[in-house]
Amino acid sequence: MSAPAPVRESSSPELNTSDSIKSSMSDYVAKVRGGDVGSLPAVLGLIVLVVLFSVLEGEIFLSAFNFANLLNQGAAVTVIAMGLVFVLLLGEIDLSAGFTAGTCAAVLAVTLTTWGWAWPLAIGAAMATGIVIGLILGLLVANLGIPSFVVTLAAFLSLQGVMLLIIGEGGTIAIRDDVLLAVMNKNMPIWAGWLLTIVIVVSYGLLGLRRANSRRKAGLSSESMAVLGAKVALMLVLLSAATYILSQERQRATAPIVIQGVPWVVLVILILLVVLTFVLTKTGFGRHVYAVGGNTEAARRAGIKVQGVKVTCFIVCSSMAAIAGLMLASRDNSVSPTTGGAQTLLFAVGAAVIGGTSLFGGRGQVKDAIVGGLVVAVIANGLPLVTQKSGIQFIVTGLVLLVAASVDAISRKRAAATGR
Amino acid sequence: MTEPGTAATAPILSLRNINKSFAAVHVLHDVDFDIYAGQVTALVGDNGAGKSTLVKCIAGIHGMDSGEYVFEGKSVSVSTPRDANALGIEVVYQDLALCDNLDVVHNMFLGREEQRGIVLDETGMEQRAKETLEGLSVRTLKSVRQQVSSLSGGQRQTVAIARSVLWNSKVVILDEPTAALGVAQTAQVLKLVRRLADKGLGVVLISHNMNDVMAVADSIACLFLGRTAAQISTSSVNQSQVVELITSGRSGDIGLPAAQVLEADPEAVA
Repeated sequence: MSAPAPVRESSSPELNTSDSIKSSMSDYVAKVRGGDVGSLPAVLGLIVLVVLFSVLEGEIFLSAFNFANLLNQGAAVTVIAMGLVFVLLLGEIDLSAGFTAGTCAAVLAVTLTTWGWAWPLAIGAAMATGIVIGLILGLLVANLGIPSFVVTLAAFLSLQGVMLLIIGEGGTIAIRDDVLLAVMNKNMPIWAGWLLTIVIVVSYGLLGLRRANSRRKAGLSSESMAVLGAKVALMLVLLSAATYILSQERQRATAPIVIQGVPWVVLVILILLVVLTFVLTKTGFGRHVYAVGGNTEAARRAGIKVQGVKVTCFIVCSSMAAIAGLMLASRDNSVSPTTGGAQTLLFAVGAAVIGGTSLFGGRGQVKDAIVGGLVVAVIANGLPLVTQKSGIQFIVTGLVLLVAASVDAISRKRAAATGR
Repeated sequence: MTEPGTAATAPILSLRNINKSFAAVHVLHDVDFDIYAGQVTALVGDNGAGKSTLVKCIAGIHGMDSGEYVFEGKSVSVSTPRDANALGIEVVYQDLALCDNLDVVHNMFLGREEQRGIVLDETGMEQRAKETLEGLSVRTLKSVRQQVSSLSGGQRQTVAIARSVLWNSKVVILDEPTAALGVAQTAQVLKLVRRLADKGLGVVLISHNMNDVMAVADSIACLFLGRTAAQISTSSVNQSQVVELITSGRSGDIGLPAAQVLEADPEAVA
């Protein structure tokens, strides 16, 4: 330790740069080996899937139209998954999130179309429905102590009934409001897409710089500029590529209208990502969520109001489901008794778990849900191109979820073995 | 802080004639217990002697049926853990109550996070955590940003103890801090216990390990079937006398009178 130190001090800055990147790389490898894999398997899986579908059905799968379509397909599932992260972090589960989305969509449809409310009011009513559902679930789990599996399974069944009653037997309610339809069906102007890309990359870089500065001022070790620079560069390349593809004309050459630009729903998801990540990582409440998930008894003894934290997480989850419900309604131009049903919830749980959120609680991030949501969307989008047999599609999706849960369980075992 | 001579005359926390019953079971009989600033007071006794109950009374988890709770010379009433914390009394329980999925800093500030507006003040907390650990001369931790799950038993104990002194506490009660540790780690933790006392805190060490007790404690309080057998200075007794106090309530001239031993445990043959 003492011998090489003077050599290092006198070495050129370039060497320091490559050293710091190397050391942060080796830190990361050690972390992964110790069982803290994060969203690494999901990222690798995403790359494998994209390569696989490109080789098999490249022409359709890689088209700009399909890329935008894929984002659209995965949006609602991803948003539900982002909410589910909060509940999963506690070590609980919400099986009813899919039908919460459906119920909120039904409330939206009835208030908007049947009663003729203005769209802000209708959205408010749908969100309020989500909050109330979350509050009820949370109180039953936290205060009455019923296992969340049972509570939300009961809600899964009863919310289907509530939906039917709201919509009316066998009915489908159309959504005709332009603002709501725009969310899933319209795109940002091209310049706005590029502006968004630049804003994201620049603010990410600036926030990183500010953090490093304040830590340096306080005399604490800080992330090296080289590592931060590499991250910003990678982000710039990926986001620019995505924005470039989305800015291409997606309509067939003969069609009269123009479809190009980043879909508005991307902006909605980005805002949700920033807000929820801020809550989870920068606020006392977020810290308490992790504490309750890691060791409930320790959290209780530290004076954390465990019940309040649990109820709030269920409210966050159901509110996100409500937002997903708005997206489903907007995408389908209508709400029917199947909205939010079928595999919506299972895909959402799958997205959160595939992304690296632990089913055992205490580990996971909101951005995991987005990576996992992309994996699920790629499978749901690419597989039908390869095979028409829906039996195979179900089996593959099930296997992917199983693999993700195994990675979670294995990394947990590994973590215990290496004392991480 | 205080000279050893004067410290002996003015305990920071003094319990007098404490009684506590759970339904029909009379667990504590007129127990006296003194804690001195700048000293390590060992609390020993066999299983079921009432050590845990006494500690829980001090920490405000159990209310006392009768008796006097004198803190810094003033009689106070402690009925909730919050009251005890407000006085500066912290307990480190045997199971430590740490969150494995959080790092050292997060655990030390758990439930009492420092915030700037609504944002956690991470740099401030990390600095304070570092200062506290340095103040206790802890050098076994590689980084305060390590997850607790990656720490050894001794390091976890260190984190739990450091957390208890972060809040300007005056009395720290340690419940069997070395029970699950190896030889080297036990030595580290005992050094830390000694350092707490040297910084002027009143330290209570609950332990079954007589070597630890004799090595680090300034005085020893021994409970026998819910009664105070004796509270004596460590230098005035040897290990076998302490063991005798634990098992039979008396040893030569010290300990409970023979009549009381018999009353507490009719099967004991004096």
